[in-house]
Amino acid sequence: MSSQEAVRHFHPRARDALNNPRIRQNFRRAMDGLMQKRATALQDHDTEALRDLGAAIRQRALSQLPDLLEQLEANCTRNGIQVHWAQDGDQACQIITDICQQQGARSVIKGKSMVSEEMELNHHLAEVGITALESDLGEYIVQLAEETPSHIIMPAIHKNTEEISELLHDKTGTQRSQDVDYLTASARAQMRQAFQRADVGLSGANFAIAETGTLCLVENEGNGRMSTTVPPCHIAVTGIEKVVQHLADVPPLLSLLTRSATGQHITTYLNMITGPRKAEEQDGPQAVHLVLVDNGRSDIYQDDQLLDTLRCIRCGACMNHCPVYTRVGGHTYGTTYPGPIGKILMPHLLGLEDTRDLPSASSLCGACGEVCPVRIPIPELLVRLRREAVDGDSSRPSVVRGHGVKRHWTEVGVWRAWAWLNSHPRCYRAALRLVMALRFLSPRRLGGWTRYRKAPRPAARSLHQHLLQRNRSSS
Amino acid sequence: MSQEARARILHHLRQRTDRALSVPTSNFRVMTPDTPTREQMLERFERCLTSVHGEVIHTPAAQWTDALRDLLQARQLKRLLLPARHAVGVEARAALADTEVEPMTYDRPIEDWQSELFEKVEVSLTSTEGGIAETGSLILWPDADQPRLMSLVPPIHIAVLDADRLYPTFQEAMQREHWATRMPTNVLLISGPSKTADIEQTLAYGVHGPRELIVLVRHP
Repeated sequence: MSSQEAVRHFHPRARDALNNPRIRQNFRRAMDGLMQKRATALQDHDTEALRDLGAAIRQRALSQLPDLLEQLEANCTRNGIQVHWAQDGDQACQIITDICQQQGARSVIKGKSMVSEEMELNHHLAEVGITALESDLGEYIVQLAEETPSHIIMPAIHKNTEEISELLHDKTGTQRSQDVDYLTASARAQMRQAFQRADVGLSGANFAIAETGTLCLVENEGNGRMSTTVPPCHIAVTGIEKVVQHLADVPPLLSLLTRSATGQHITTYLNMITGPRKAEEQDGPQAVHLVLVDNGRSDIYQDDQLLDTLRCIRCGACMNHCPVYTRVGGHTYGTTYPGPIGKILMPHLLGLEDTRDLPSASSLCGACGEVCPVRIPIPELLVRLRREAVDGDSSRPSVVRGHGVKRHWTEVGVWRAWAWLNSHPRCYRAALRLVMALRFLSPRRLGGWTRYRKAPRPAARSLHQHLLQRNRSSS
Repeated sequence: MSQEARARILHHLRQRTDRALSVPTSNFRVMTPDTPTREQMLERFERCLTSVHGEVIHTPAAQWTDALRDLLQARQLKRLLLPARHAVGVEARAALADTEVEPMTYDRPIEDWQSELFEKVEVSLTSTEGGIAETGSLILWPDADQPRLMSLVPPIHIAVLDADRLYPTFQEAMQREHWATRMPTNVLLISGPSKTADIEQTLAYGVHGPRELIVLVRHP
């Protein structure tokens, strides 16, 4: 798994990104704009009450997750949507490949789907000779550049217009231009041909409604509608946590999603799909499939605290407001989901062995928790995962893969000795005297600590001695 | 494979060892602000839609086809896709009979005329199921007479909205009209022309769908 290997090296990538002024500038400008837009969009609402409602709706859905999944399946099936289940990304890729092959498909056109990125679907399809083309403009740019998305909502946010113009010129032969309208129009022309030729359309789903068996897609471009309407077969792929109970649960979540993500009251399109083309209808796919992917989510579900991770509606507000993300950019994380949500989600999907640096790549400033539309306590979950990474004594087996990976025998030994010393007064005092007497021997370099700070040095006299003297002199 | 995965996933979810989850009540009060007047709703609808590059034209209901004719003539639009059976299509066709407009209908499956739809049609006309004041959105329920792609593929989309079918919010529209018990294959909310900001946060219109959205608001 080359991609997992790549995740590990967070620190060298962070240094490179910090030293790259173009990356710094592109992200700074974009994130400042997004924060401003969100704040403006939420002005006319009781934001806190809306966030309470959003959190309650997601918690209600999670509290009955298995039942709602069965209800969703039953209603989708009744509506003519074929439902498939996958325990991990490879299974999901196999299911999608099988459907494509049954259709005799050579090409797949894709609307935006982070789950498909999570399971590296394009790569799997290419292996069996099926080409997958991304139709979201940002995803298309990233695909041409042979990169991965650096933001879950705006995949090409790390590139400026000049870089994109150069890329489109190299790969598709368009003129070099700083005119965004021209660049967009040329992508539109190419994509329109692709929509008509594609055998299968693939999309994610923002919400799956159990009550009605409906899939909701939220977008601005219309590529999602094209992908799910023009080709004869539509496959929607989504995580099992995306289910909501009622149709009436959608308006508050939609409102939170678009305002938090891009500061819009609503996106251009909300596309609600409740079945394939009916006999009398003239368009829409003949077949609609829904692939429900677990990929580690049911493990997260086992733990009361970690379960809050599953509330996420993928708005990206946490990354837009994160001081670390803004400085290092999305690619530094090396994971499908970057930023704060990635730091609490990816350890479950990949295991802590490969993601050990993510939970600590945070200053715990709390901005992510303050803006999260469904009130996921991200900072607390980061602390929890830090503990999971070094914990080894807990009697209950942890649900987190790679639990205890950062636990080191010297650190364990030091803390054991410290605890023993502090519970044995005589030895403690003797040790204290020894340390004070030998203070000139204390090390000047202490790894990462002394890179930006002076090494601490034991004082000549202890606090205890100072206080004793003060009490004597005052009496 | 899928059935086995299904059983395993559901079993694993039901096996939760931690306590049963407590759930706070969902208080929807925040979604239903004070009932606005018709004028307030119209004002808000127009403000929101025009802020995202949508165009709003007001017309007395009795003369709406005049407004349509003027609009098509002013822009020199000829190949118009319109519904065959819905009153909007029937009235428009009659009113445009003596003009140069070529009416087209979506009376075949998409496979039979895909390239014509993508390359020939200049403008489409559809009815709507209503509008949402809070967000400046149109509600469309595509059907056999007005299929899904009518509001997506042509470069210009003209939609007809009756002023008395404005709802204050999305929530209210779906609840008042009992959507949950009668969802059709596809429901759309459309709020402006297609757009993207994927190139350096710069807005560009008409990326995949229509470049222009024009709403004819008919006043009774």
